Amino acid sequence: MDNLTFGLSLIVVGMGGTLLSLYILTLLMNLLKKFFPYGKENENKEKSREEHRDD
Amino acid sequence: MLDMALTTGVMHVTVGNVAMWLIGLFFIYLAIRKNYEPLLLIPIGFGILIVNLPLTFLMEQGRGLLWRFYHYGLEWEIIPPLIFLGLGAMTDFGPMIANPKTLILGAGAQFGVYVAFFGALILGFNVREACSIGIIGGADGPTTIYTTVRLSPHLLGATAIAAYSYMSLVPIIQPPIMRFLTTEKERKIVMKQLRPVSKREKILFPLVTVMVICLIVPASAPLMAMFMLGNLFKECGGVRRLSDAAANELMNIVTILLGISVGATMSAEHFLKLQVICVFVMGIVAFAFSTAAGILLAKFMNLFSTEKINPLIGSAGVSAVPMAARVSQAMGSEADPKNFLLMHAMGPNVAGVIGTVVAAGVFIALAG
Repeated sequence: MDNLTFGLSLIVVGMGGTLLSLYILTLLMNLLKKFFPYGKENENKEKSREEHRDD
Repeated sequence: MLDMALTTGVMHVTVGNVAMWLIGLFFIYLAIRKNYEPLLLIPIGFGILIVNLPLTFLMEQGRGLLWRFYHYGLEWEIIPPLIFLGLGAMTDFGPMIANPKTLILGAGAQFGVYVAFFGALILGFNVREACSIGIIGGADGPTTIYTTVRLSPHLLGATAIAAYSYMSLVPIIQPPIMRFLTTEKERKIVMKQLRPVSKREKILFPLVTVMVICLIVPASAPLMAMFMLGNLFKECGGVRRLSDAAANELMNIVTILLGISVGATMSAEHFLKLQVICVFVMGIVAFAFSTAAGILLAKFMNLFSTEKINPLIGSAGVSAVPMAARVSQAMGSEADPKNFLLMHAMGPNVAGVIGTVVAAGVFIALAG
């Protein structure tokens, strides 16, 4: 395979790979948001603070 | 008497040496006077200056002081990953986690990397050299250095200088492209305020990212692993000392060693070549295309999205953190003084760092 043909395939694989990797990360970020929402974490903190106060 | 004179460097100075002294002094001038990437350009400029003093043998293989820095720091691939450890400890991924779409912008802005790569191939560079030139478009100094050392070490000085020079010139290079590719109405788009990000999300992000990226592109592991380790130090809150050390002392030490090692590779015989001018030209092509691709991708995403993205933040997908994000902010507030884009632009900005590391990993895996 000559340089240019190899170069073209590397562009397709490279750009595709970069987009795919970061797209998968995007999906996982959305999952993280779903499982660990900001509000819930804060509520938990509040609860534990209150429990400490009760102690 | 003549024999004694011949032992001094003065008798061995060449025109090339003098040219390189001027280049070194010019970088030092730019760093001090114009504040262009001073942390890097001062040690690089100084390295250029001293390595071009005849008979100092600072880069003599196996003996020279700067050769040791270069060999054990760069050739052994120690310094760039350590820089990434520090970067991780300094980076807040919050804006990106809050708006994960910006990760795609960071990926899109890598387009310039591949355009420059192909351009370099057309200009006659071999595949490995073209990869090192293309990666300049990512606007990420340590990744450029890491890739070049792996693939074409003889181009190290040129690619590193091109990357850092263009990074410092972001406020000059990007705005005309941004104006050309966006309308006044698009520049005025006000984006919704970012949601708050939970602590758990921030802690899990580096763990998830390192696993995903290293599983897909294992060759990116040295940089990605250290980047995410640094970020985990920062976000977990339990190892403040390590986080501070990585972001401050360690970062400063490796920056000195990196700068002087890069400068030391720029001896007259290696640097004063037509090839180097081509590297600089292709570097700016890469940068321009990366900027344009980020903006165009943001516009494309707007076609399908109900929540509009201001296309100006797309240009921040070139890594250059935080300069590129600041340029987006400046352009946005120029169109509408009440528009604050900085935090929105930080998303693609830090995503660009990840995107560039992935692109480098692909290059190393396929061309290395």
